[in-house]
Formats: sequence, structure tokens, C-alpha cells
Amino acid sequence: MSVQENAVNLLEVRGLTKIFGSLKACDHIDLAIAKGEIHALLGENGAGKSTLVKMLFGSLEPNAGDIFWNGQKVNIANPGAAKKLGIGMVFQHFSLFEALTAAENIALSLDDGAPIGTIAAKARALSYSYGLPLDPESLVGDLSVGERQRIEIIRCLLQTPQLIILDEPTSVLTPQEADKLFETLERLRSEGKSILYISHRLEEVKRMCDRATVLRHGKVVGHCNPREETASSLARMMVGNEVHAVVRQPVEGIDKAQSLLEIVNLSRQPATPFSIPLKNINLSVRAGEVIGIAGVAGNGQGEFFEAVSGEVLQQDAASVRIRGKNAGGLTITGRRLLGAAFVPEERLGHGAAPRMKLSENLLLSRHATDGKMFVGTGGTVNSSSIYSAAQRIIEVMDVRKSAPDPEAAALSGGNLQKFIVGRELDRKPAVMVVNQPTWGVDAGAAAHIRQALIELARSGSAVLVISQDLDELFEISDSIAVMHNGELSRPLPIAEATFEKIGLLMGGAEPGHTEHAAEVA
Amino acid sequence: MDITVNILMTIATAATPLLIAAIGELVVERSGVLNLGVEGMMVMGTIGGFGAAYLTGNPWIGLFAGIALGAIFSLLFAVMTLSLATNQVATGLSLTILGLGLSGMMGTNFVGLPGERLPNLYIPVLTDIPVIGRLLFGQDPIFYMSIVLVIAVAWFLFRTRTGLTLRSIGDSHTSAHALGIQVIRYRYLAVVFGGACAGLAGAHLSLVYTPQWVENMTAGRGWIALALVVFASWRPLRVLAGAYIFGAVWIGQLHAQAFGIPVPSQFLSSLPYLATIVVLVLISRNKRLTMMNTPASLGQPFVPDR
Repeated sequence: MSVQENAVNLLEVRGLTKIFGSLKACDHIDLAIAKGEIHALLGENGAGKSTLVKMLFGSLEPNAGDIFWNGQKVNIANPGAAKKLGIGMVFQHFSLFEALTAAENIALSLDDGAPIGTIAAKARALSYSYGLPLDPESLVGDLSVGERQRIEIIRCLLQTPQLIILDEPTSVLTPQEADKLFETLERLRSEGKSILYISHRLEEVKRMCDRATVLRHGKVVGHCNPREETASSLARMMVGNEVHAVVRQPVEGIDKAQSLLEIVNLSRQPATPFSIPLKNINLSVRAGEVIGIAGVAGNGQGEFFEAVSGEVLQQDAASVRIRGKNAGGLTITGRRLLGAAFVPEERLGHGAAPRMKLSENLLLSRHATDGKMFVGTGGTVNSSSIYSAAQRIIEVMDVRKSAPDPEAAALSGGNLQKFIVGRELDRKPAVMVVNQPTWGVDAGAAAHIRQALIELARSGSAVLVISQDLDELFEISDSIAVMHNGELSRPLPIAEATFEKIGLLMGGAEPGHTEHAAEVA
Repeated sequence: MDITVNILMTIATAATPLLIAAIGELVVERSGVLNLGVEGMMVMGTIGGFGAAYLTGNPWIGLFAGIALGAIFSLLFAVMTLSLATNQVATGLSLTILGLGLSGMMGTNFVGLPGERLPNLYIPVLTDIPVIGRLLFGQDPIFYMSIVLVIAVAWFLFRTRTGLTLRSIGDSHTSAHALGIQVIRYRYLAVVFGGACAGLAGAHLSLVYTPQWVENMTAGRGWIALALVVFASWRPLRVLAGAYIFGAVWIGQLHAQAFGIPVPSQFLSSLPYLATIVVLVLISRNKRLTMMNTPASLGQPFVPDR
């Protein structure tokens, strides 16, 4: 905070707070952006970065705190007001209209009422002068993600803003496109514009940014000059270090244990233009261990889970092996019958049918594996045994509910997640694969679920946990692998893994980088 | 010759209410709102038009009463779906049911009474031109309004910035909101415009088509207008084409039935629907263009998170 104490900052934020329900997404955020600087906003997913910039751009209303623009206190009531002040924004999830042309999209954000033809000509000229060639007549729906971002940037520049906010701009770009973007940003800085650059990619931040503000769990944990920091020290600030309550006994003789889940050379073509291809993934989960998969959202974790669980079948049956049997061509039920259990990321609509009772949801997922117990002769449903099994799960997992057998949608997210995890644990599966086990779950319930997963592994099962929460993975995993851009790193045993190493892998740095950075520091 | 002109003029009279109601709904749907209450708003225009014209003796007052009643009625829909974010399908359906019931109740004393008719235009010299004269210059005033409406709406949607903004809201209300566009305000205006059009279309029935009041007088025309919008893939000129094809086949099959052609009358009655759908589907067979013209956020309630 020592930079330019005397000069008036272009933007200053004091005590900005945003509360969603019981969650403090932003908790007394302080931030100052000087004129002509590139300021980085760093933080993990869910740290509150997007919430903060949405308040700066007027799309969210803060619960408390003040925003100062050129030293004047301002109230940014809507995006229109932000634009009037001179704040431009390039969104993480694009705010483009697919059925309109690039020029029409640009025209919509300008207030001067110029004819579309004039705007198209201006946009074309500006885009070439910044080396971001753009055809204003093309339909947005036909453009690649990188080209769409160009439209966003050109649109933002045509408004001649003083401050440009870029929300995770490179998360959807190829390396070449990202390089082009950095050149543009440096040129804008030389023209005296300020840039708020949101990212979790540390190398980019070190390369370009003059100052950085680091957020964790909605709070500012530090201001620094990224050029004076190492990628490792930035990662440590971002990820933090907290004491954990979950007990994890070290596992012994794991090298000799049998491998229950094997992923062999698993590759997958992208199903839609926006999904990530999986590239030659190899992983083996042995009896007794928990393996965690870390990674920034959207790096192929969802695609990987679909392939492992059988939501999407593989051409190569040997690419997924459950308890030594080829399962790549089997459906979810087929894989369940081999002893596997799966908990998907979305609870409602994926993990459970919202309008059906818990006992009915139990039958839906286990009618094949527990057919003898739940389904009587002639295919009739054995309600009483299902009901008692549901009650057993509810008791074991401490599911809090208002009725004896409520609808799934009537439960809070945490309690439903406890039921869904408990439903699978109750089978004592040999292989358990969980995607985001405690997403949006309160701390108490999260600890309960984590402890249950560790105990399942210690009783001789193989457990694979995909999570964006690094704290969680360090609590429960025996080894952690990192997924980045559809590729999976070698699992690091927990004794060797550090937040820095994993954070660097998540940012796309090669493992060798860690040692190098440490030497420089 | 006179018979041909008369038939052509009845086609225009049959097509006009469909065209006006559909062009109004087209603007509503282009803004991303699906109002299934066209039939209800239309019948309110019919009773409003008849009642005001009968009570004042002036069909022009009836015309404005019909427009006003349709607009006011649509405001009910707008408050429910836009301000209170209710389900648009359910709200639209109940608007139709409410309109049919309410108009029936308002009209109990009007049944069987003779109504006022809006006079056809007569321009000396021009109207006297053989054939074309009466077709182009001797129609009822609402016919001219319908043609002006189509041209104005097409120009507005595709040639003005405000029209572009309206289309952008229909494509993605979240993106529009992020750009600082007042999504709800635009949608209110669009819905009320649609209501006014439906009211005008309804007034046409009781002031031009058959100047009288019968309960349920719209007889499903609101639904046909709704279907026209979709089959015309939200393009104003295609709505015009669709409405006139429907009108032409409708009148044609009436005459065919009168001549006693040995084809089951049920089949003839279904012809207008079939012909319109077939023709519009053929025009709209370019999937890409249809996708482009379909308002992507149609029917989704918009609640900005703040």
C-alpha cells in the first residue's frame, strides 16, 4: 500500500461487503487502484473476486462499504452508472448476444446513437490498430471463444473507459491469444488507463501486474508487488494455511495393496465447443487410499467424472478398470454392479430427484445393486425395507430434516449432500468416486463427509475425490494429482505435496518450475 | 368482377385481426416474453369496442376503447410476470380464461343488439378506379392501420437502435442487464404494445367484421395469431404472409362449402390451418436463420440478482 500515497487513486474501495444469505462473499474489502497501473486481484475460486467486481460494475449492490472514484464518493447503482463514470468490463462469462452481429453487439453498449455502419467501421479500425482483427459483420454465434473476447475488449475500448476490469480473461484463451491480450493491456497502460486484472494464474500476474490484492474466503489477506514475490509466495497467500479438524491416520503398506480403480490412457474428444478434451489420463487408486484431484474449475474435471462414472461411455473398454474388470463400455448401473459408487457434483437433478422422497431417491440409485433387498418377487417395490434403509442412512450421517421422509428438495444443500454420500457409503462400495463432495456445504457437515470418506478408504476401499477446495484435499488425501487443461499430473504423495507445489500445478506451471522459483527466491 | 373484388375484400377483413394480434405478439416475444393471453386480451378489445361504440353511438370511440382495454388487460400480465416473476405460460393461460369470462359477464346486456360499424374509407376519384380502387382505397380504417403497423414494426425492429435493444433483450436478458439495459422497462412497454394490438384486433371483430356482440366472439383467433408468430419465425413480413394465406384459404373454403363441393366440411374447415402451417414451414426451412430469429430467452422470467 506504499505506492503513490500522495496521488489521488482512480478507484478506492473501503470496507465493501456483500452477503448472500449466511455467506459473506465479500467481507470488508479494501482496494486502491492508481492511474496507469495494472492491478491484479488474486484468489481461489469462491474467494469473492467476481462478487467484488460485480459490485464495482453496478450489477450487484453492496451491503456495506464505500466506493471512491477520483476521490469522490460514488454510488454505482447499475452498469449504466459504472459506464458513465468510465468503468469498462470484460466479463468472464461473456455478455454477448449470439444471434446478433459483432457490430450490433458493440452498438448496444454505446449510447451515442451512431448508425451501425459507422460503429462497424470504428470497431474495425480500432481492432486492427490493437492487433485484434475483427470482422464486425460476423455473427457472434459463429465465432470462437477467443474472437468473442476480442469483441468484448473492443466494445469496452470504444467506450473510452478510465478503468478496465478483466475477469479471468485468459481462462478461455489459447496461449497465443493470451500473449496478444498481454500486448494490448501493456499498450493500454502506456496510454494511462488503469486495469483491474482478475486471475489465479500467477505467472501472468508476475509478468504484467504492478500491484496485487489477494483475497481468500471473501477477505483481503494481503497487498503486494507481484514482481517482488515468487509464484510460490503468491500461491501461499492465495491458498492460505488453516488448522483442520479431520483425523487422518497414515496409511501403511499401500504399495502392496491391490489397485481397485484404474484409469488407463483415457482420452475424450470435447462433446461441445466449450468442453475440455481429456488427454491420455492415467491413474490408479489402490485399496485403502484416498486420492484427490485438484484443479481450477473447467479444466476437464467434469468431463473426467462423466467418463469414470459411466455417464459417458468410452470406446476403449480397458480405459476404465474397476476391480480388475474392463468397465469403459459399461453404463453407470453396470459399473455400480462391479462395486463402484459415484456422487456427482450437482445435488439436485443429478445426485437426487428433487421432488421425490429420500427413500425413493435411495431406490433410484440402488435398485440394481441391492435388488434382493429392495425389490420383491415380481418386481414389486419393498417399501418397508427401503424406508428402514433410508432411516439408517439418515441416522448414520446425521441428516437434519423436518419430516420422517421428506422430498430431496426440502433438505438444505449440506444435509442433502450428507444423505447422497451416505446413500453410497451404506453399500460399502469397493470404489468410491466423488465430485466436489462438500461444495456449498457448511463446515460441520463438510467435516462429517470428509471423515466418512477417509474411514471408507481405511476399511479397504479405493476413494477418488475431485475437488476445487485445496484445504479439503490436503485434509483427506493420501496423494494429490492436479488436472490442468484436460491433463492429469502424477499424484504427489501428501508428504511431498505443499500448497505451493499444488497451486503452481493448478496455474499450469510445470513441476520443475517449483525448484527453479525456490532457487531464485 | 364485382364478386372477385368482394371476395378479395373479405379476405382482407378476415386476415386483418389475425395480422394485428400477431404483429403485437411478435414484438412481445422479440423482447423475450411469451404472452399466451392474446385470446383474452383480444376478446377484451372486442367487448370494449362494441360496448363503447354502442353506448356512445360512435364507432371511433369504440376503436380507442378496444385498444385501451387490451392494453390495460396486458398490464395485469406484465405486473404478474415481470414484476412478480410468475410463470409466463400459466399467467398467459389464466389471462385468456379471465378475459373470456370477464368479457362474457360485461356483455350480457349487449347480446343481440345491433352494433356500430366503422365506415369504409371513400376517397373520391381514387376509390372509383375499377377493381384496385376499392381494394386499395375503399377498405375499413383498421385495414390501413394493420399495414402501417407491419411496416412500422419491421422498420423499428431491424432499422432502429431501440429495436436492436429490444431484440438483444430477447436474445439474452442477462447480457442485456450486464450492459446496463433496463430489461424490465423494455418488456413492460413491449407487453403493453402487444396488449394494445390485441385490443385493436379484437375491436376489429365487433366494429368491422360482424358489428355485434356474441360471447366468445374471438373464436380462437388469438391462438391462431400466436401460432402465426412462431411459424413465421418472428419475422413481421412473414406474419403478414401467414395471416393473408390463412384469410384466403378461410374465405375460399367457406365458398367451397357453400357451393357444395363433395369434400367433408371438416376437412375444408381444417384447410386454412394446414395451408398456413405448410407454407410458413416451407418459408422457414432454413434452420440457421430460424435459430437466429428465435428469441433465446423466450418465456424465461428475469430476476436480476442484487
